[in-house]
Amino acid sequence: MTGAFAIREFRFWLTNYRRTWRGSIYSSVLNPVLYLGAMGLGLGTLVNARHAGGLGGVSYLVFLAPGLLAATAMQTAVGESTYPVLGSVKWLKTYQAAAATPLRPADIFHGHLLFTAMRLAMNCVNFVAVMAGFGAVRSAGVLAALPVAVLTGLAFAAPIEAYAVTRTKDQAFALLFRFGMIPLFLFSGTFFPVSQLPGWIRPVAYATPLWHGVALCRSLSLGTATLGGALAHLTYLVLLTAAGIAAAHRTYVRRLYV
Amino acid sequence: MRPGLAKPAENQTPGIPGLALVAPDIRSEPPDLPGNVSRMPAPDVLIHARGLAKKFGDAVAVAGIDFDLHRGEAFGFLGPNGAGKSSTMRMIGCVSPPSGGELTILGLDPVADGPAIRARLGVVPQEDTLDVELTVRENLLIYGRYFGLPRELISARTARLLEFVQLTDRADDQVEPLSGGMKRRLTIARSLINDPEILLLDEPTTGLDPQARHAVWDRLYRLKQQGVTLVLTTHYMDEAEQLCDRLMVMDRGKIAAEGSPRELIGRYSTPEVLELRFDPAEHQQAAEKLADVTAERMEVLADRILLYTQNGDAALAAVRDLGLEPLTSLVRRSTLEDVFLRLTGRRLED
Repeated sequence: MTGAFAIREFRFWLTNYRRTWRGSIYSSVLNPVLYLGAMGLGLGTLVNARHAGGLGGVSYLVFLAPGLLAATAMQTAVGESTYPVLGSVKWLKTYQAAAATPLRPADIFHGHLLFTAMRLAMNCVNFVAVMAGFGAVRSAGVLAALPVAVLTGLAFAAPIEAYAVTRTKDQAFALLFRFGMIPLFLFSGTFFPVSQLPGWIRPVAYATPLWHGVALCRSLSLGTATLGGALAHLTYLVLLTAAGIAAAHRTYVRRLYV
Repeated sequence: MRPGLAKPAENQTPGIPGLALVAPDIRSEPPDLPGNVSRMPAPDVLIHARGLAKKFGDAVAVAGIDFDLHRGEAFGFLGPNGAGKSSTMRMIGCVSPPSGGELTILGLDPVADGPAIRARLGVVPQEDTLDVELTVRENLLIYGRYFGLPRELISARTARLLEFVQLTDRADDQVEPLSGGMKRRLTIARSLINDPEILLLDEPTTGLDPQARHAVWDRLYRLKQQGVTLVLTTHYMDEAEQLCDRLMVMDRGKIAAEGSPRELIGRYSTPEVLELRFDPAEHQQAAEKLADVTAERMEVLADRILLYTQNGDAALAAVRDLGLEPLTSLVRRSTLEDVFLRLTGRRLED
């Protein structure tokens, strides 16, 4: 019953998305082209010249691409789980419309998270396609990195949706972008190994979800993953997602059942 | 079996005399469509509340109210803003757990059986919750799907409902540019997509211009004629008088009085009211002198003095006999506004 109800909310988002999908596909292809071109190829020339053997035996582009896959998932997740959630509960009140039907707050959340997962999958598939176009795919391991990137996105989306539904203003989102997403994007091992950071700050990087996503996507994609390491990363990401879902069950009820 | 559902369309009660608008009967379902299974005869009391209360922290929104709502009734909660009407409505809509007391809807418990109850309710919320980025038709499609209705049934009902609320020609337009009145009518159409047993309307015409209000009232009146059970909240006495068979006058979370509009006026007011307006400088003096006029009751408002009487013209003559000359005078029938003033000492609309 719960699943069927969540699908109804998911289909609402799908209907909604039908109007905007063209623009979103455009940017989900263009962004990886820009990043992989400028950083992977452009900056990569300098990096590769300094390190004859490349980073861990691969070119900078090949090193960068899987990290950027995970970072892209994070960006998509943050985008989908902030304004769309606040908009649904505060501006358009489409959550309240759904809450007046048989759907429960948890169904509304599940449906929205399912749609977020679909958007993550779409953007990650696009990213991998662009990656292949750049010749940055080294092994079939990238196919295993794909679901990991989606999971990385969900580890952000679930807790952020749980938080966003409690908001009445969007100010917190600007802070989240500025002091959350951008530092993670820059310092979680996407562009350079975390081992390059000063020793004292490394534990902070290791504690962030993006580092786990980047590290696992990269090791799967380069074929260097170990079972123990992969399990540790997966456990972290699954636990964070689960904690977000549990929190959302409470916050959605609190906001919609006043 | 609900009234209106079993009857063939030609036997329907005609609409308001004098209104030439022909509206399709939204209850008549083509027999080959699913979803038209005859429901078990249900008990006559659709909503039962005893000591129903709602608190927000220390603030008491609803302070223990009792009521029973019967099938086929048009039932209204009348009161000013903050009287607890919307809180009551949200509890009935199963989106607000009661803080105390007893509440049964369609024989079910709103907390435990929320989805099952909401499947049989239609809700017109105080603020529109339409998806303004979608088209009129898409809004009905989405909503029908929330109830798990098959696509063919939704599109058949959409055609009929849009005709009913006179939005057929806007079916494929985006909702955003529609007028407030059109959005309201669309919300009403949307609330009927699941063929609800009870239609809940929270302030259905607040914020609409007079013409749009009358269009909405006309539609609601037709639903009532077709046997749809209506529950509405309003702070407009004319809305309550036009649409409601039975009223709960609410004030500060409590029920101040209950009855039909006529009964309430008969019980709490006089047949006629004489409204007098004096020069502000003489207002107070006039009020003191008027105490001698034989009226059943007098209300001194900031700008007017109201004399409640059996005969307004005779009262006006008596006022003139006292040597008082009001700037304006008006003899009118008592309204629910007078009932409210009598019960609470305050005005309904501000």
